[in-house]
Amino acid sequence: MLSMLLRRLSLGFITVALVSIIIFTGVEFLPGDACTAFLEREAQGKLLENCRRDLDLNRPAIDRYLDWASSAMVGDLGVSVNGQQSIAELVGNRMNNSLLLAFCALLVGVPLAIFLGVITALWRDKPIDLVFSTAAIFAMTIPEFVSSTVLILVFSAWLGWLPGIVLTSANASAAEFFPEIILPVIVVAMVMTAHILRMVRTSVIDVLASDYVRMATLKGVPYWQIVFQHVLPNALLPAINVVALTIAWLLGGVVVIEVVFNYPGLGRMMIDSISDRDLPVVQAIALILATVYVSVNLTADLLTMIANPRLRTLHMRK
Amino acid sequence: MNLDNKPLIEICDLSIGFSNEEKQVLPILRNIDLTVRAGETVGLVGESGSGKSTLALAMMGYLGNPLKVLNGSTSFRQQSTFDLSVRELEQIRGGQLALIPQNAGQALTPTQRIGRQISEALKLHSKFTETQRPERVIELLTQVRLPDPATLVDRYPHELSGGQQQRVAVAMALAGEPDALLLDEPTTGLDVTTQAHVLELLRDLAQETGTAMVYVSHDLGAIARVCERVVVMYAGEIVLDGSVRQVLLKPVHPYARSLLASIPKLREASLPAALDGRPPAPGDVGNGCAFAARCAMVEDRCTHERPSLQVTKSGERVRCHLFEKVEQLAAPGPGTAVERSSLKQAPEVLALDNIAISYTSRGLLDQILGRQPNNTPTVDDISLVIRKGETIGLVGESGSGKSTILKAIAGLIPARHGNITYNGNELLKASIDQRDKNQLRRIQLIFQNPDDSLNPRQTVAEILAQPLRLYFGLSNQELHDRSLEILERVRLGGHYLERLPSQLSGGEKQRVAVARAFIAEPELVLCDEVTSALDVSVQAAVLGLLNRLQREFGTTYIFVSHDLAVVRALADRVALLYQGRLCEIGPVADVYSLPSHPYTEVLLGAVLEPHPDSVPVLSADDIVELSPMPIGCPFQRRCPRRLGDICDTQTPPWQQVSSEHLIRCHIQHSDLQKIQTQQVS
Amino acid sequence: MPPTLAVPVIKNRNQNRLFKVLSDVMSRPSGAIGLSLVVFHLVLAVISPFIVPFDYREISAMLMLKGPSLEYWFGNDHLGRDIFSRTLLGGREAILVTGIATPIAVLWGSFLGIFFGLVGGRVDEFSMRIVDAFLSLPWILKMLVLIVTFGTGIGVLIPTLAFFYGIPVIRIARAATHDVVARDFISAAKARGHGRIAIIRHELLPNVLDTLMVEGAMRWSWMLLAFSSLSFLGFGASPPTPDWGLMIADARGFMSFAPWGVLAPVVFLSSLIIGINLTADALAKALGIDRIQKAPV
Repeated sequence: MLSMLLRRLSLGFITVALVSIIIFTGVEFLPGDACTAFLEREAQGKLLENCRRDLDLNRPAIDRYLDWASSAMVGDLGVSVNGQQSIAELVGNRMNNSLLLAFCALLVGVPLAIFLGVITALWRDKPIDLVFSTAAIFAMTIPEFVSSTVLILVFSAWLGWLPGIVLTSANASAAEFFPEIILPVIVVAMVMTAHILRMVRTSVIDVLASDYVRMATLKGVPYWQIVFQHVLPNALLPAINVVALTIAWLLGGVVVIEVVFNYPGLGRMMIDSISDRDLPVVQAIALILATVYVSVNLTADLLTMIANPRLRTLHMRK
Repeated sequence: MNLDNKPLIEICDLSIGFSNEEKQVLPILRNIDLTVRAGETVGLVGESGSGKSTLALAMMGYLGNPLKVLNGSTSFRQQSTFDLSVRELEQIRGGQLALIPQNAGQALTPTQRIGRQISEALKLHSKFTETQRPERVIELLTQVRLPDPATLVDRYPHELSGGQQQRVAVAMALAGEPDALLLDEPTTGLDVTTQAHVLELLRDLAQETGTAMVYVSHDLGAIARVCERVVVMYAGEIVLDGSVRQVLLKPVHPYARSLLASIPKLREASLPAALDGRPPAPGDVGNGCAFAARCAMVEDRCTHERPSLQVTKSGERVRCHLFEKVEQLAAPGPGTAVERSSLKQAPEVLALDNIAISYTSRGLLDQILGRQPNNTPTVDDISLVIRKGETIGLVGESGSGKSTILKAIAGLIPARHGNITYNGNELLKASIDQRDKNQLRRIQLIFQNPDDSLNPRQTVAEILAQPLRLYFGLSNQELHDRSLEILERVRLGGHYLERLPSQLSGGEKQRVAVARAFIAEPELVLCDEVTSALDVSVQAAVLGLLNRLQREFGTTYIFVSHDLAVVRALADRVALLYQGRLCEIGPVADVYSLPSHPYTEVLLGAVLEPHPDSVPVLSADDIVELSPMPIGCPFQRRCPRRLGDICDTQTPPWQQVSSEHLIRCHIQHSDLQKIQTQQVS
Repeated sequence: MPPTLAVPVIKNRNQNRLFKVLSDVMSRPSGAIGLSLVVFHLVLAVISPFIVPFDYREISAMLMLKGPSLEYWFGNDHLGRDIFSRTLLGGREAILVTGIATPIAVLWGSFLGIFFGLVGGRVDEFSMRIVDAFLSLPWILKMLVLIVTFGTGIGVLIPTLAFFYGIPVIRIARAATHDVVARDFISAAKARGHGRIAIIRHELLPNVLDTLMVEGAMRWSWMLLAFSSLSFLGFGASPPTPDWGLMIADARGFMSFAPWGVLAPVVFLSSLIIGINLTADALAKALGIDRIQKAPV
């Protein structure tokens, strides 16, 4: 068990290391460098030289990479390209906002998705399944900017119940984001719930058809006892991994929603810094999000191992 | 225990079927009339498609998804099962009527510990309180002869071996102290010795507790051991119902006769008689007798008029117009004898010299850390010489390495060390890439599972074309002609060329696999459990086919099997393997008689013959070995004739019992002869 | 006298497999609706330049934000252009870009996926770490970096989309390959001595094709989502190209009093994506594939 754990950890670490290399070399291979990108037409002469000196761009790539990577490991992400702000500070703020949005969405979405997923599977092909499965398909396939826009249209423009745009500043505290955060949470939760619902539904349907559920039925176990004690513990195992992927997506993939609602999250910062050609910030965000992705998946794998007896006792198999 | 005269389970004119895409109703069971009384042990025998499993489950009021009752009823204790409420059904199932499922490993919930699952049954169906239950669970586990129940209680299903899982399923069924047990092929997939132990357990339980049993199986040997009464099913109908002695010794229905005749017997060195054709698909039966198309005694009346179940003078029920004629027939005699020419002078085809094989797989991390693989080879010290035209059987249970050796000969797995020599002088390179096409062509491999060994996306024509194109580079017309020719030889018509595997039955698919092997004109054919996945009657046909092809082409076979009787029918010599090491080798008749290696003795003792008087001898315990012993005799942990420490520390020497018969044991073969003969008498 | 071998003849369906699958898809309501929507949009994308009533570029100060009228069926946008014409043409660039990028993505992703699935060992393990590394980066980031550096022309969008959307296909093709390779008929082919290429061509590919086809359909729908999101953000299609994503972005600000500028492209875009999804679903069922939906990566 311990060796499994160490193995997964080291693999995770290797992945993060690889990502950092990919990010760094990716940026290196772009035409020009951070300074030419940022300064654009003014990238020449003294201005360029000073910029490069400030950002240490004259050293060989490998040195710069190692420097960057080692600092990142201790949390020092350097400064933005205009040399003025600590990236860690900037990002930290936005990260909190993204986490808030993610947390609210998860709180609402995950239990709802599991509940609906189980219900639609148990009452498969009945009206309730058709309604929610169709709703899920719609929620998954309609682009986020469309659903955001439509919701703003309905709830803000026509009904006036909720604010359509977030006007709170980026470093506000959590409470100050309400009620502006409600619509974004709804949109995010909708998409998320749809995916998790479909997955849970498929999983439950598979388990319902298994030999051991049939055996439990033939053993005289009452239906709901079968559902809660035999079906769910098995059917929900894959949900752990899906929720993990969702968490990663919630932090870095909801850019469009952040833009539509003007929400000051990491996604918006990503786009802004890319548009501004602030490459050090872009690098930093990429590294953080990648690390989040890897850690969250690692945690999910570990949780799955704990929850699934077959994986837990792998070394004792016959 | 309930000994009144009313039947426990009563099935009246039950028909069950389903509607297909074209809205036609296809029956799976037709007009079943069956009663089971308290304490009776009834065997339900049939091949695939006979409807026996559907019938057993229907007794519990369970119908698989598309199935529905077409007419008739089934009742348990005079209550119509399909009319009961859900609550009532829940009380009966597991409580008064319990199921022991086919594949216990799949039938136990993977996320719950064993103890908890048995406790669940106790809670639902017994009067034990919460504090009394743990003790009762241990009692039940002991009753099914599981070692160390206290530890087992906390285990998860996947941590147990197949035999242990099956016993747990039995314990779970007994928890409710049922009046009747339904057993759905409970020993499928278990090793020969494990199966024998589990059957003894079931037989003893039946006798001790007086529980009624309905035992569904295709294995007449298992049924002979456990049941007093046998019901034979064919194409959804009951065709014969009598005592076990009546049905197994003097069957009065032509199908039952053919079925028994197609089972290979351990004491007969002959090929069982094959039953051609296959059972009708649901809905294809027509107006006459379902068996008419394949019956040797068919008359005009049989094809037009469906026979009803009649009662014979001796109290059996039989569904045949001509049963009186069948009664007059003599008991089915032995099948066709296999010609065994003297093979001692034949040239050598394959020589295995000190072969050892290991399974190693090292992941990236292991490689980075430089961890070494486990050093005891899976298969070791295999030396064997095979002569042209002979059939040598490789026999063993799971873990014996028999399939591994075959794969190594084929080049799919490299041998760790040792040489394989072909035709006396050609060295067979370890992996396929290094062998030349001619060598590859002359050695062909046939796999166990025909569903898996044929590409589901290729038609039969394409499947047969693959080897032809690879080895001979033929033109399209020639391909077509050769394919037709080989199909003819395996008794499949030309119209099979355009079919996909999904449109063929198991037996037909296996014939195609045989055709594919032979179309390459091989000298050596490696058969990996090629009949194990087939119905008994189909098995007989495939064995007959293999034998015929051997006589026509002079092919040499290495025939891997776990079934000693099948090997007896087909092979000239046999080699027994245990945990990847050779134990005994010699002509089949010699190996199957005394003196035997202790393992051979155990295996032979465990074989279940379809004869009511055949009693298995269980001398070794039912332990599962996880890996081979690094030193000493491979059988040291289970040997009932263990000599002493020498068995643990020294590799046993080869002893020559006769010119071709060798045993590898520390005990002198003359001593073995003595002790083993004593035991028998 | 035993009868001659009477093998019962099984009804042999003499249909081309493609035709059979198509008719299966059409027989399901989801498949029928989905396929019809997709075909409608494809046809529309081809013929729209010939049927639009007005020039999509024509600006008019007088017609700004006018509602639907007899002349301008869907009304006019903030620059007075005809929304109906722009909507009909709105899918062209999206379908063109994604229509080219999707097959490329599926092809190269499958190629590598099958390769790694067969090769196994260290090469496979190491490559999967690289794939994981790529997958761990947010999609927007990956694409924007390239787009911002190299521009938003079709020549950048197609390779970018094709590259990043091919990476998840590697994993799927690899998994499908693993499933097939474990089966006996592959070992049988190996044992006969068929070369690797031959085995891939005759034994492996026909069996993974189904999974890859369904995956390809889903890839297309996700790529369309990505393309329209990029257009919405201003990084995809560039003005004055009529593109649904772009149109929605432009019309957003006037939504409260002039919603028609948003509604028309919303309906068209959503119907295409839903159509593809429904078709993919029905296709999966027709081919008998179990599918668990994953989050769009």
